[in-house]
Amino acid sequence: MEILQYAYMQRALVAGLLVSITCGVIGTYVVVRRMVFISGGISHSAFGGIGLGYLVGIDPVVGAMVFTIASALAIGGISKQTRLPEDTAIGIIWAVGMALGVVFVGLSPGFAPHLFGYLFGNILSVSSSELMVMGGLTLVIILVVSLLYKELLSLSFDEEFARVSGVPTGWLYFVLVVLIALSVVVLIRAVGIILLIALLTIPAAISRQFVSSLSRMMLLSVVLSVVLVVLGLWLSYVLDLASGATIILLSGLVFAASVGVSRLRREWMARRAAPG
Amino acid sequence: MASEEVVRLEDVWVEMDHTPILEAVNLSVDQHDFIGIIGPNGGGKTTMFKVMLGLVRPSRGRVTVLGTTPEKGRRRVGYVPQDSLFDRDFPASVWDVVLMGRLGRVGRLRRFSAEDKAAAWNALETVEMQRFKDRQIGRLSGGQQQRVFIARALVSDPRLLLLDEPTASVDAPMMEEFYELLNRLKQRMAIVLVTHDLSAVSVYVDTVGCLSRKLFYHHSKEISREDLEAAYQCPIELIAHGVPHRVLREHT
Repeated sequence: MEILQYAYMQRALVAGLLVSITCGVIGTYVVVRRMVFISGGISHSAFGGIGLGYLVGIDPVVGAMVFTIASALAIGGISKQTRLPEDTAIGIIWAVGMALGVVFVGLSPGFAPHLFGYLFGNILSVSSSELMVMGGLTLVIILVVSLLYKELLSLSFDEEFARVSGVPTGWLYFVLVVLIALSVVVLIRAVGIILLIALLTIPAAISRQFVSSLSRMMLLSVVLSVVLVVLGLWLSYVLDLASGATIILLSGLVFAASVGVSRLRREWMARRAAPG
Repeated sequence: MASEEVVRLEDVWVEMDHTPILEAVNLSVDQHDFIGIIGPNGGGKTTMFKVMLGLVRPSRGRVTVLGTTPEKGRRRVGYVPQDSLFDRDFPASVWDVVLMGRLGRVGRLRRFSAEDKAAAWNALETVEMQRFKDRQIGRLSGGQQQRVFIARALVSDPRLLLLDEPTASVDAPMMEEFYELLNRLKQRMAIVLVTHDLSAVSVYVDTVGCLSRKLFYHHSKEISREDLEAAYQCPIELIAHGVPHRVLREHT
């Protein structure tokens, strides 16, 4: 346990906790409302902002935040009109964002340090100021979700009915995609823009098989996420592997196991329910 | 009998991509009505409901709901859509689902009040589903889910109940119970149900109509053979199979 003495390891654990809270809460909406592809589009478009950060000399994470929010609003706007199929639009925003990033990085003078970390994550190199940003965004996410919990539940369950009963579904949808954009920013430093979609969905997808309410799904996802991040981080340290990728691979394995467990559990419950 | 009009459609047309979905629909529903409207799939039944709910804007005509626009009036309209549950594993309990019907009443950023919860409990009692309160919605049978969605529509204390294909998921033995429930509800509100299943228009419905782009409705208990043939565009023998005789007027 002597590794816990290192300040970078302490920061990594705090970052892991913030990442887990974000994944558990927002990942739940992403999974139940089937917004995985939208989230993928938003996260990949962040690369444009990272490239811009390098080019103009600002913090790439700030650039990423501008790009994720802009692409979230664009996707939200497109989904409200029917002419262009939503998935087509998402695919375009996804690739254009990446392409902009490549061009911006190419135009930047000299060498782009830590580029690999933004793409695939490097939770061990999170700085104190980045932790502050992640903590602030996590707080905003928790606050908004707790204020709009019942409205977001009804939006996820049956959007049309929600609208009929007086929920302003139009702007609520924008709130949800912007929350996803903010989560992407929280997750970038930990697992990178290419891998973060897995951490956003896997804990929620595991939990969903075992719970019957949205709030319990969030809670279980947060707990699972903490376990996966900490265990993955420890494994990556012991095996000397990339931390982000190790966390994702571990999550994938646990997900596969959970599908088996969930099936066994269902069979067991069916057998118990059947008489004789 | 003094009675109040809850919905009025005047010369309503709906077009999508230049294809007419509804043509010159006129309908007046008053507070004591219990109307069953039959029509083929794609005949515009769901669209007509969406017009009443302000979800689809007609290209022509006037819609009045409870004396105002559909957007304002719909808060007092209980809507039971077809196939409400698109995801059987959705993590929500029966209680969560029923409370969703109160969202128009409770202030934004507020918690549900004791009054909201009492209304939800009463609605569950009306549909006799209190004991399933904590059950996950997807773990119920089709007929039970249907009852929960009716409860969700009832918690807003509606003046009008709109049911879209309500019997599609109800097993035959439960059908009678289902109509008994509607029969009790019609004391308190107007009811309009639409279905493509002619045999589902039961003896409980007070008046029947027929919708296939155009609405054939004469505020009567029977549909004429001509209307039905016009709506389905085929000889009556092909479709009247199994229709209760009292619904279909004998050709004279």
